[in-house]
Amino acid sequence: MEALFALVIGVLTACGVYLMLRGRSFPVVLGLTLLSYAVNLFLLAMGRLTVGRPPVISAGAAGYADPVPQALVLTAIVIGFAMTAFVVVLALKAKAELGTDRVDGGEAP
Amino acid sequence: MNHLVMAPVLLPLLGGVLLLFLPGTRLPLAARDGGHIRNAGAVSDLARALGLALVAAQALAALALMREVSDGATLVYAVGNWAAPFGILLVADRLSAWMLVITALLALFALLHAARGTDAAGRYFHVLFQWQLLGLNGAFLTGDLFNLFVFFEILLIASYALLLHGPHGIGARERTRAGLHFVVVNLLGSSLFLFAVGTLYGVLGTLNMADLAVKAAATPPENLGLVRAAGLLLFGVFALKAALLPFYLWLPGAYAGASAPVAALFAIMTKVGAYSILRVSTLIFGAEGGPVAGLIAPWLLPLALATLAVGMLGVLAASRLRRQIAYLVVASVGSLLAAFGLGGAAGIGAGLYYLPHSTFATAALFLLADLIARRRGALDDRLDPGPVIPGAVGLGAVFFVAAVAVVGLPPLSGFLGKFMLLRAALGHPALPWVMAVVLGGGLLGLIALARSGSLLFYRPEAEAETLGAAPPGFWDLLPPIGLLALVLGLTLWAGPISEAATATAHQLLHPQGYIQAVLGEAPAADPGAAPGSGGNP
Repeated sequence: MEALFALVIGVLTACGVYLMLRGRSFPVVLGLTLLSYAVNLFLLAMGRLTVGRPPVISAGAAGYADPVPQALVLTAIVIGFAMTAFVVVLALKAKAELGTDRVDGGEAP
Repeated sequence: MNHLVMAPVLLPLLGGVLLLFLPGTRLPLAARDGGHIRNAGAVSDLARALGLALVAAQALAALALMREVSDGATLVYAVGNWAAPFGILLVADRLSAWMLVITALLALFALLHAARGTDAAGRYFHVLFQWQLLGLNGAFLTGDLFNLFVFFEILLIASYALLLHGPHGIGARERTRAGLHFVVVNLLGSSLFLFAVGTLYGVLGTLNMADLAVKAAATPPENLGLVRAAGLLLFGVFALKAALLPFYLWLPGAYAGASAPVAALFAIMTKVGAYSILRVSTLIFGAEGGPVAGLIAPWLLPLALATLAVGMLGVLAASRLRRQIAYLVVASVGSLLAAFGLGGAAGIGAGLYYLPHSTFATAALFLLADLIARRRGALDDRLDPGPVIPGAVGLGAVFFVAAVAVVGLPPLSGFLGKFMLLRAALGHPALPWVMAVVLGGGLLGLIALARSGSLLFYRPEAEAETLGAAPPGFWDLLPPIGLLALVLGLTLWAGPISEAATATAHQLLHPQGYIQAVLGEAPAADPGAAPGSGGNP
């Protein structure tokens, strides 16, 4: 499971970085989103991967999942969601005002 | 627990919420639609008065906090009364209080300028302004790395919206483009911040900065690479916020495009990055960091000097006044981080003295640039000969003082700050580099600002007719003059202030006091295992 998880994070990050380097605002926003997904999975993995274990104290549990990364991921998801919404609206505003969706504001080819 | 520590966070948070519910915050839209302008105008005055009162209250709270910690105490506030390594802490020491005071004073004058009409350009200007202060104050106070991330996000999202505030038409396109770059770059920075925080938590198992310092010093060799990578990634993120050399490209466009009070407030935003670098490099990666000691220091000085050089070249090359001042911000970050990079009580003390000076001086210049540009018609802030500016004598005099301050010519605090920096560098192996870049950069800045000043005030086009704009009144000139009065205060009381800065540097260089205040007398690693074992029946 660890290898698969690491692979997923790596592929998501690589795709995110590639898309962020594109010249138009839509792929850049998509890249930011993929990168934030990768970060969220990465944070979750930092509490070590566990299956079927309770994060809070319960009777008869063999072990516990670390609850802190779950709380961090929750915060990161909320912030990432708000930021993505903001950047989408900003990209639309830029398209409307600059007349192009190129990130550098130049002429559309 | 001393509840005063919480005040700089609570005041703007609750004040912002209160401002949100004031009917006056909706004024500008109603005004644009030709609605009830006169009626709503009175309410908007209420919003302005409330905003100013809130900032004044924050200044008082920050000053009170500074008095509380002036004896070297470290005040710890456990939010929700959760104990040290588990709960989120606010920690106020000399450095935090110093930064809070600077922020509140800067915000007061920026808001005074905004109340002259800039705040009417957008609906929620005062709300966003307060929440930007919430993020700034929180970032200076928090003792938890993830909480630092959260406060960064708060100040950033408020700054995104504030940056886009402004009049329609002139400069709006440029502002939107710069805003998009600013947002995307900072979102990328936030992702990297989370990667760094996640790695540190995964390896060391804590997010509390004092606890991180203890655990990082005892890193087993097999985890050393991970901790070092995370530490340098963290440095990279803070360097991005501080606009250090490879990452400064977002700054000139964003600051030049922002409206004047917002740009003035942004003068402290790069200093948040500088503060974070200083805090992390002294607390976690300081001299007592064991295997991770001195992780950041070797990178800081060369990058800072390069930033200073590039910033000053930008100042020289700029063809518009606002962009020139934005490059002055880059250069001031270079000087500041060069002082921090020299290390030692003398270097850090010089940096802490230079920090408020550069913040106030560049902010005053941003406010002045707005007053000047508004009186030049279509020329705006372009550095071309134009018509005679109404009230040129008063504006020119204030511009002269601000330029002398920001370049670092003798009578004012900029000179004292640079002198302390050079004195701190005397025993350092990089002395020739520091001397050459700081003095050469000062010369370049002097040439550039002398050229701008003479273009704006001494070389009017004879044919161009004078515009009908009114000369600046008392309330127009008050904010920049107030900021320059603070610079003058820094000069007059340079002795006590630099002593306090050196004391702050000593406190930073001996982080045991901070760690003990946060973790209590027994900073043991054992409680980390307690919840799991204690929970087992």
